[in-house]
Amino acid sequence: MRFFETFFNLSVIEKYLPDLIAAMGVTLYLAVATILTGVLCGAALACLRAAGNRYVNFIIIMFADMMRALPPLVLILILFFGMPSLGINLSGEMVIYLVLSCVLMAFAEEIFWGGLTSVTAGQWEAGRATGLSKAQTLFYIAFPQAFRMGIPPLVNRVLATTKLTALGSVIGVKEILSVSSSAQSFSGSATPLTMAALAYMIIFIPAVIASHQIERRFRYTR
Amino acid sequence: MTASRTMLEIHALEKRFDQTEVLKNIDLKVGEGELVFVIGPSGSGKSTMLRCCNRLEEPTSGAIMIDRERITDIPRRDLDRMRLKVGMVFQGFHLYPHMSVLKNVMLAQVKALGRSKPEAQARALDMLDQVGLKHKADAKPAELSGGQQQRVAIARALALDPKVMLFDEPTSALDPELVGSVLKVMKELREKGMTMLVVSHEMAFAREAADRVVFMDGGYVIEQGPPDELFGNPKSDRLKAFLSRVSGNEAA
Ligand SMILES: Nc1ncnc2c1ncn2[C@@H]1O[C@H](COP(=O)(O)OP(=O)(O)OP(=O)(O)O)[C@@H](O)[C@H]1O
Ligand SMILES: [Mg+2]
Repeated sequence: MRFFETFFNLSVIEKYLPDLIAAMGVTLYLAVATILTGVLCGAALACLRAAGNRYVNFIIIMFADMMRALPPLVLILILFFGMPSLGINLSGEMVIYLVLSCVLMAFAEEIFWGGLTSVTAGQWEAGRATGLSKAQTLFYIAFPQAFRMGIPPLVNRVLATTKLTALGSVIGVKEILSVSSSAQSFSGSATPLTMAALAYMIIFIPAVIASHQIERRFRYTR
Repeated sequence: MTASRTMLEIHALEKRFDQTEVLKNIDLKVGEGELVFVIGPSGSGKSTMLRCCNRLEEPTSGAIMIDRERITDIPRRDLDRMRLKVGMVFQGFHLYPHMSVLKNVMLAQVKALGRSKPEAQARALDMLDQVGLKHKADAKPAELSGGQQQRVAIARALALDPKVMLFDEPTSALDPELVGSVLKVMKELREKGMTMLVVSHEMAFAREAADRVVFMDGGYVIEQGPPDELFGNPKSDRLKAFLSRVSGNEAA
């Protein structure tokens, strides 16, 4: 019984459930915004890199390397505590969104770029030989193949990055982890943390299932 | 052979990669509706010559005329329009693996030629019918045999109504029993009056279908003529040596 008292206390659940549902909304919303921005901009960067301008590519590579090398928490703290002294005040949610989007963008760019470089020269030549421009060949022939190749690593990276929304708890974003851990200290019960774990599962298990379906849908044999 | 107008003319073509001179001085004419066959040892520059004809490779010097247009003078940004007039078939097919057969044949029609989708689809089905693969329109390339893939690649090029078709060893990647189906399509194409420049090792096909055979070696055209003459009575030592090597292989 002690076990249930500790982890599944009904009165605690009742008290904090509304807050936690609101927090799920925040987490979900941050996750979706991050995924859309990160994947789309990552794809755009990879295509831009395929255009082959040396200076542009240098900047893209620098950006991607930095975003992948730095711990996201460091970027979050710099933006949240450093920017106000420059007169730029960003909300905690905005900081999480910006940092996680940039991190995902960097990884997505590298994944798509890797895919683009493994599209054979013959594919490009077939496109160009039928009168398609370089941009059309990229858009209709090379990138769709790069995208399909990139899906498995991309899915992993998307899941890993969206789970980092929990870092919002460090700068007061009212997402699942911060709401439940403050509930835990107010109530003195571990139950809110159980609720947090369940909330993450409710969000991420469907996401994992959906990701399997995406992988299956885009798989093709060469 | 028709003594009609020249469809493809290569004049004093030279191509250098850094220090290596691959094409030294190539002169070649293909009349309208002619099938010209190019043979020669590996590394003699056959593919490079073909690729200069649609400027997948940039000639170092010389001129190439297609349908009276000097394509070597076209600025780079206008190449796409010229390439619509020159169909190319590769040894490795290079179908787009993520699209159905039908979409493979439609893509450039819509995006490069500007045809409407229904128009492009009707044309694609027509071309697939011509190569005997209409029933595979919805299949993915990976579901086809090599011979079928190559026929789709031919349909993809034909759908753009090219003036000239270039074939670079179209049957070399195929199992022997699949070669015939591709050669049959090529022969029908010739009967319809298509102008064709074909690099291939299929000597029997050359004898049967070529108007003229061109022997290349070391970046030059060494000898050319009707197949009977070239195979039956080779003049240069290099061609004699080449033919005895090839026929040795063919007997096997
Ligand atoms: N992009 C390139 N850069 C440098 N050298 C090249 C390039 N492409 C071809 N070559 C060289 O040019 C020469 C002729 O090549 P090419 O592919 O035209 O020969 P080929 O007659 O088609 O031979 P094969 O029968 O083996 O296909 C070869 O020595 C090759 O190494
Ligand atoms: Mg070759």
